[in-house]
Amino acid sequence: MEHYKMNLTLKVWRQKSKDFKGHFETFKVSDISSEMSFLEMFDVLNEKLVAEGKEPVAFDHDCREGICGMCSMYINGRAHGPWHETTTCQLHMREYKDGDTIVVEPWRANSFPVIRDLVVDRSAFDRIIAAGGYISVNTGNAQDANALPIDKQKADESFAAATCIGCGACVAACPNTSAMLFVSAKVSHLALLPQGDPERKTRATNMIHQMDTEGFGSCTNIGACEAECPKGISLENIARLNREYIGAVFSGSKD
Amino acid sequence: MELNSKIPAGPLESKWKTYKSTCKLVNPANKRQIEVIVVGTGLAGASAAASLGEMGYKVKAFCFQDSPRRAHSIAAQGGINAAKNYQNDGDSTYRLFYDTIKGGDYRAREGNVYRLAEVSANIIDQCVAQGVPFAREYGGLLSNRSFGGTQVQRTFYAAGQTGQQLLIGAYQGLERQISLGNVDMYSRHEMLEVVKIDGKARGIIARNLVTGELERHFGHAVLLCTGGYGNVFYLSTNAMGSNVTAAWKAHKQGAYFGNPCFTQIHPTCIPVSGDHQSKLTLMSESLRNDGRIWVPKQKDDKRKPFDIPEEERDYYLERRYPAFGNLVPRDVASRAAKERCDAGYGVGSSKMAVYLDFASAFERYGHVEVRKQGIANADKATVYKLGVAVVKEKYGNLFDMYAKITGEDPYQVPMRIYPAVHYTMGGLWVDYELMTNVPGLYALGEANFSDHGANRLGASALMQGLADGYFVVPYTLGNNLADDIRTKAIPTDHPAFVQAEKDVNDRIERMMNIKGKESVESFHKRLGKIMWDKCGMGRNAKGLTEAIEEIKALRKEFWANVRIPGEVKSFNPELDKAGRVADFLELGELMCIDALQRNESCGGHFREEYQTEDGEALRDDEKYMYVAAWEYKGDSQYELHKEPLNYEVVHTSARSYK
Amino acid sequence: MNWKQSFSTSIGKKLQMSLTGLFLITFLLVHCYINAQIFYQDGGTRFKEAAHFMGTNFVIRTVEIGLFAFLILHIVQGLLLWAKNRSRRSVGYAVSAGNKTSPWYSRSMALLGTLVLLFLILHLSKFWGPNRYSMTFGSGELDLYAMMRDEFQTTWVVVVYVLGCIALGWHLLHGFYSAFQTLGLGTHKYKGMIKTIGVAFSIVVPVIFALMPVSFYMHWVS
Repeated sequence: MEHYKMNLTLKVWRQKSKDFKGHFETFKVSDISSEMSFLEMFDVLNEKLVAEGKEPVAFDHDCREGICGMCSMYINGRAHGPWHETTTCQLHMREYKDGDTIVVEPWRANSFPVIRDLVVDRSAFDRIIAAGGYISVNTGNAQDANALPIDKQKADESFAAATCIGCGACVAACPNTSAMLFVSAKVSHLALLPQGDPERKTRATNMIHQMDTEGFGSCTNIGACEAECPKGISLENIARLNREYIGAVFSGSKD
Repeated sequence: MELNSKIPAGPLESKWKTYKSTCKLVNPANKRQIEVIVVGTGLAGASAAASLGEMGYKVKAFCFQDSPRRAHSIAAQGGINAAKNYQNDGDSTYRLFYDTIKGGDYRAREGNVYRLAEVSANIIDQCVAQGVPFAREYGGLLSNRSFGGTQVQRTFYAAGQTGQQLLIGAYQGLERQISLGNVDMYSRHEMLEVVKIDGKARGIIARNLVTGELERHFGHAVLLCTGGYGNVFYLSTNAMGSNVTAAWKAHKQGAYFGNPCFTQIHPTCIPVSGDHQSKLTLMSESLRNDGRIWVPKQKDDKRKPFDIPEEERDYYLERRYPAFGNLVPRDVASRAAKERCDAGYGVGSSKMAVYLDFASAFERYGHVEVRKQGIANADKATVYKLGVAVVKEKYGNLFDMYAKITGEDPYQVPMRIYPAVHYTMGGLWVDYELMTNVPGLYALGEANFSDHGANRLGASALMQGLADGYFVVPYTLGNNLADDIRTKAIPTDHPAFVQAEKDVNDRIERMMNIKGKESVESFHKRLGKIMWDKCGMGRNAKGLTEAIEEIKALRKEFWANVRIPGEVKSFNPELDKAGRVADFLELGELMCIDALQRNESCGGHFREEYQTEDGEALRDDEKYMYVAAWEYKGDSQYELHKEPLNYEVVHTSARSYK
Repeated sequence: MNWKQSFSTSIGKKLQMSLTGLFLITFLLVHCYINAQIFYQDGGTRFKEAAHFMGTNFVIRTVEIGLFAFLILHIVQGLLLWAKNRSRRSVGYAVSAGNKTSPWYSRSMALLGTLVLLFLILHLSKFWGPNRYSMTFGSGELDLYAMMRDEFQTTWVVVVYVLGCIALGWHLLHGFYSAFQTLGLGTHKYKGMIKTIGVAFSIVVPVIFALMPVSFYMHWVS
């Protein structure tokens, strides 16, 4: 792999807090190595800003290995940038060439208010999980783990849904700011397992209710969420959530 | 102060049982009056907060990330150990206990480790009940794999994302308690001080990272579940935000720091690519199940890896350690890689890397698949293709990650790997009840020093974090709080809270007013370089002595020349980082002091002066069979307290994996 | 949840769109089948029989009320959803993903639907409206076949019809699959089938519809 250096123009969203209006600011960065990650390029920018006595660009990041779900940049019109199934922190600069201009925006959705610059508040996701994204089992009540064999295929499907990192790219990418892919991933993860069965109905309806309360838009099956999901969460999960919902509200049982 | 580890009397197997059935309890009505603060929401913190909430305590949980689900436990890849013996390969509680003690090079407490092995099985049960989607066999039963330092298959896993799945399980349990009103969650909050009243930990000062405001929080007890301090090396596999601040504040409030120099350097990480590097990425130890590690036999070999014929490759782990081969413990594998690279056999442009090669695994699995599918006269390409598919299913996400970071396809060329800082066995000194020597102050998970001795075996960190949070602290906390039921909640206008807040505020103001020239990041990098060069994989008295002076000087420079832009009362990541780096600058010195006093090599602590003729670690049980617990006595002043380790069951011997 | 609640959550509203949409798809099929009778080249005999049946049969007339109700629900709910979803991102992106992450027609259902609606108003005012008026207040059923033949001699009418059919085609291309996805059928097993049938339906039905005015205009049918 050939390594090279490049100079770039960055147009980055700056916003003091959610009560202020934001604007784009243009920066030049030079000598960026093709081996850097996208966030390391931002480190370079921030070091430069600190040296110039300016305030660095605030952005969320933590593990930098694509699993914590904290990083969240909308890069040249793409949630987490152009690479397929890749978080911002795993995007590397070999994607770009000398002279490129990169526009970086925060996740934009009213349910994800901007905290500062590229940092947004995604606590709505936590509240959706709190509304029912769990199996109610207290510590110490479990039977032997192998007492309940689970169809491998179902376990694998459940795992695939459970790999969601809660980054919010689905909301950011959706023209409607819908959170259906996120909610459906959790509902699928638990609905596919026998342990999740007792709370199936209340889980689906409560989580949907919370999703609506948080002000996310509604799903119109556009599919941008799946295209942008860094973990490849499938639209089939949304189909499953729809089934779970239909099963829950039209089954004729009391609640 | 005399260190009392409070290990219950009696035979090893019944210590914990006896403790559980005789410890004091808090009745449900009283639990409702008792407030518990949990700092950190990784495996230990989330599981503790959820369990204590379920039990009826009033819990306040804190994390600096935007959500409790982000804690760095999430990045653990390979798996979690449990003595289930599902594979019928001779595993047992005793064997897990023994492997862990031996893996830790006989520097851990028997009582703690046995308890860990004992509850390991319950963890798996609990996680499965919560809906953690562990890997399964076609029959629907749980699947296992091997990890380093063991000869049984006892590691449960969920592809290469076991930590994620376990943390999400604990997080969901925590969110459930939040929705039930049993836990109040404070995200984007960082603990900056422990508040002590009458010698007991009674609360914390936390900074709201969004507004920059300081907050006072009371708790009858404070649980620190704040992870390890590997980021003192700047480059590590830890998350960018991982820090020692909470533990360090506790240390400065009187809690002893146990074995600070015990650091785990993980053998299989993606090598450093340049000065811009901000973190290192681990390639799970599970890869050593199927990958073979080698370097060319010829120094400075410029050929491409696949052009080097089999007989000109040095599979040095298999050569040196035939019994365990590529699955030797991490410290051993790391040192062996360093030895080869230092000797000039390294590969890649930096020459600081070795190959982790899957070619033989592709072939082996390919042949199995050919037999399974009954393909007659399969050609090489077919075998390879089928083999790749099997490996993809096992480690696909790791291979993808490698490809994204390096731009190379690991299905085509062998991975290049090199050791990197990964985990810290040291941490706050705690007794059997996970309480530090400050009453009411607990440390769980990686934040404490307790279970892994001088080296942690793979897939044991997840086990310990969850053991502490789900199964240990719910009992031991009650045992102590039973005496506290008459203590009413202390109002936070108590002078101790006021003073603590003022101290924190003064320190922040002092830091902000330096208005120097050098960035926080730059100081952190410089500290990391000192630590890695002189307190890393190989240490010696000369280097450590130098490092101590260098760190002192660097710390002085930091407090004179750091530049922190922005304001205090706002969202200011540079300020957050500055506070953390300031603490690392103190901790680094203590680590070197600890490494310097331990004149032996054990586990991850390798003192170059103390090695056998063939380069293995040389322990000195006579002089150093103790926990080094350091007391903070003021700037650069630390007093060593020794907790002797008594081995009643295990016979210590030279650790051999040959 | 009671019935009202069940249909008023975000998924509930989606279900309204899906179920009404599927009903309208069924209607299109019937409508298309009947109109296609003109291609028998029998001077409209079969077409008139079918039109007569549809215009006078009690059951069909009752269902027609439902059809309009569903149509209005589909339109109103669709536009409301569109407006609501638009309002959920007060500050828009400076750079958008465009067609890299989703097809344009999936993002443009409100626009396409509105075009179809405009066309529909024209269409109803030309055929269904006069016929119903005449049946209720005037001299009974009109000769729809003759009306078609006459109307489709005007160039702009034919052009508008063809454009309306094109808009309908794009609308269906998303709508057909989407309706089934909302019912939870977009699973591994059925997804491919639904998409294939959806594409076929979205091409074949609008093409047949469009062929009618074109055929009269070009005198392929007389």
